[in-house]
Amino acid sequence: MAQYIKPLPQITAETREFWEGCKRHELLIQRCKDCGVYRHYPRLMCPKCGSWNVEWVKVGGRGKVYTWTVAVQPFHPGFFEDVPYAVVIVELEEGVRMVSNIVDCAPEEIYIGMPVEVVFDDVTEEVTLPRFRTA
Amino acid sequence: MEKFTLRDKAAIVGIGETEYSKNSRMSNLALLLQAATRAIEDAGLTPKDIDVVIPAMHVIPFEELAVNLGIEDLKYAVTTHMGGASAVASLESAAMAVAAGIATNILCVTGWNGYSAMRASAIGQAGDASASAMPMLSPMPKLRDFEMPYGVFVPAQWYAPMAMRHMHEYGTTSRQLGAVAVACRKHAQLNERAMMRGRAMTIEDHQNSRMIVTPFHLFDCCLESDGAAAVVVTAAERAAAMRHRPVYIMGVAEGHPVPVDQIAARPDMFQIGLSYAAPRAFAMAGLTPKDIDVAEIYDCFTWVVICQLEALGFCNRGEGGHFVEGGRIVLGGELPINTHGGLLSQAHVLGMNHIVEAVRQLRGDAGAAQVKDAEIALVTGWGDLGDGSIAILRR
Ligand SMILES: [Zn+2]
Repeated sequence: MAQYIKPLPQITAETREFWEGCKRHELLIQRCKDCGVYRHYPRLMCPKCGSWNVEWVKVGGRGKVYTWTVAVQPFHPGFFEDVPYAVVIVELEEGVRMVSNIVDCAPEEIYIGMPVEVVFDDVTEEVTLPRFRTA
Repeated sequence: MEKFTLRDKAAIVGIGETEYSKNSRMSNLALLLQAATRAIEDAGLTPKDIDVVIPAMHVIPFEELAVNLGIEDLKYAVTTHMGGASAVASLESAAMAVAAGIATNILCVTGWNGYSAMRASAIGQAGDASASAMPMLSPMPKLRDFEMPYGVFVPAQWYAPMAMRHMHEYGTTSRQLGAVAVACRKHAQLNERAMMRGRAMTIEDHQNSRMIVTPFHLFDCCLESDGAAAVVVTAAERAAAMRHRPVYIMGVAEGHPVPVDQIAARPDMFQIGLSYAAPRAFAMAGLTPKDIDVAEIYDCFTWVVICQLEALGFCNRGEGGHFVEGGRIVLGGELPINTHGGLLSQAHVLGMNHIVEAVRQLRGDAGAAQVKDAEIALVTGWGDLGDGSIAILRR
């Protein structure tokens, strides 16, 4: 594998299960065990009810593009070869939203409401990033 | 018991600015001290009269400012941490300190070598791998872990998806964004302190400027500047005896969107910090948007001006794009905004220059950009993923 020079997440106690799920190619989203509300980013406490009881739910990874943007100018050496590249905000069927990329279509083909599903990109031996493809 | 209010408890009595440039050849500390001492002198005070220092954003620790200024009895020190909303939020802390009887003369100051030390635009072109996009600001941990790996590095990329969604929902257009840029540039032509003086811009220039991140063209993005600005706030009852006509703080508030650290998760992306803060500030002042004579709206990007005009209630949700067209926000229009040129065309010193300009307007010292008989001015701040701050000022 060529040297990977894009930024990587720092894996913390709060987020470890999310990233370990990604390594197994499973998208795990937190759900409050008391009020049942899904949340992402991972949090220690439920913003809805204050509970510390949480479970990690393997979700289907299907959703729609909520909004998006295309970076035409690079802001980091790791992305010099990538411009123009799209950054999307995907709304999953479970209601949570996440920032990601679309792997299988050109930026100009992306539209709000576009159906997408998760794919897993093993960018290093330690880190797998969830990205999305058209569905 | 009568409800406590900050209304009219404090006044801005001094303003100071450095030169705005792309190469200050001064340290951040020197810039802030130069703006600070100019504001203190403008107030007719000496540094020894200052008993509170409020750095807006953590560029320089208050300790270094206080020691250099020779402050002998620092009664209160706090730093506002709201990115571009910090400057106007510092007025809130200043008014509180005065109203609570904690302090007498408060220095609010910020600035930076925002071009020569940061060079956000140059990093992509020069390939300086040692520099992160905003080296002075360590990224919020969740942005670092869940957005940077996908190529999200700079504020333009935080707000661009909001603008794209606004365009989708309400039909806002790039030319409407451009109307904000053109208005600011027009006003900069009247301001000898504006970096873009002498460089006029048409809507076609805006449309033809290169794309940075969709939908933001180059001319939708503010300047990167070296410079600093400062104001001195004092108790209202002392203000009338001071050198200049006082500018009273009638209403002031801050607000934070939910969740505050993540734009993507907000059920309503356009419910920004200012959406919470503006009604509080207008209620405190006992005014409505119709009463505002001139508005200095934080303009890191053109679209955030449109979003804030909606949140402020100058127009309904979705109508901001239409509102900024047709000369309404240009001098002589219904609501002149950013009469100094704004961050887009004067300089980016984190919005403290917006407060300075509002004070000039209310003193009647705004020169060629003077709004005739301006009595009430509004200033906003926007930063850190949509935090908002607002001050309503009167002469
Ligand atoms: Zn809960």
